[in-house]
Amino acid sequence: MAKRSAPEVNAGSMADIAFLLLIFFLVTTTIASDTGINRKLPPKVDIPADQFPKIKEKNLFMVIVNKDNKLLVEEQSMELKDLRAATIAFLDNGGGKKSELGKKYCDYCRGKRDPESSDNPEKAVISVKNSRQTNYGTYISIQNELVAAYLFLRNREANRLFGESFVSMLARHKDVNDTEDKDALKAKIDEIKDMYPEKISEAEADD
Amino acid sequence: MSKFKKGGGKELPAISTASLPDIVFMLLFFFMVATVMRDSTLMVENTLPTANQVEKLENRSLVMYVYAGKPGQGYKKYGSESRVQLNDKFVTNLKEVQTFVQQVRANTPEDQIGKLMTALKVDKNTNMGLVGDVKEQLREVNQLKINYSTKVGDAVR
Repeated sequence: MAKRSAPEVNAGSMADIAFLLLIFFLVTTTIASDTGINRKLPPKVDIPADQFPKIKEKNLFMVIVNKDNKLLVEEQSMELKDLRAATIAFLDNGGGKKSELGKKYCDYCRGKRDPESSDNPEKAVISVKNSRQTNYGTYISIQNELVAAYLFLRNREANRLFGESFVSMLARHKDVNDTEDKDALKAKIDEIKDMYPEKISEAEADD
Repeated sequence: MSKFKKGGGKELPAISTASLPDIVFMLLFFFMVATVMRDSTLMVENTLPTANQVEKLENRSLVMYVYAGKPGQGYKKYGSESRVQLNDKFVTNLKEVQTFVQQVRANTPEDQIGKLMTALKVDKNTNMGLVGDVKEQLREVNQLKINYSTKVGDAVR
């Protein structure tokens, strides 16, 4: 039998085909941008109203947003830009007396120790109440400021105790390429979280 | 006479395009890997609010999306009130959120159900009333982990 060499396939149109596919993917691509504020909703429980946990007035930080997206914080109107500082002042107040609170006394707080404001960060609760007509964008900015206030305080304490910001500790904890002891790191993170536990309650919206 | 005189008649050699397919394929693979196909067509206006204290959503397969906003271009016949969109349909009764969650749960491996996350992609001009109602429905089925989807940016305008 005569040997016949296979004819070479013309690859000239390969680029065209690839371009076609490329353009298709270019057009359909949406680069993933899934970022957001994580929240946990309170579970549904049936507790009669008289068994609600009692919170002292001074340990409660009331943030009310009305239908015109105006803020009322602790019965005073406030601009959104001042909310973060006011929240930090409230959480970091540590007004409880050492004789009354004993171990729970907040020795790391650097606030004014105003007896009219929160006792310690653990007791401090932020309550957000919005109207049904409130704008979602405003609501998110408020949530954002509250989260930022907690993060500021946690960062401060993490820097003081471990010489590293809370954010970078979280990042290291998530990093899979990092081989160091995750459990020890987790314990540190939890310690900081316990110093300033996030307590944001949401009241039911009114009309 | 001049030293720099061009040698007449010599033509420029053609640039080889043999590596062009390789380059294009490289780009193609990049986009193929980076692409996430949208699983549903957006029927609502969806300008997300901005925030700067954001976290990234980790596991995309464990995220269910709830869209809300005013009906967008081409869907104006559904009125101008803000509505909730699940998969490819508008929600007529908010109870459907519960069925939606149950459906997603049924399609998730049992050990992963606890990690399911609901991403609320809500237009920033929506009223909180609607968002509150959706949250109430999610509480009803004990789907408590939520994420308010936002863009990264300055929150205080």
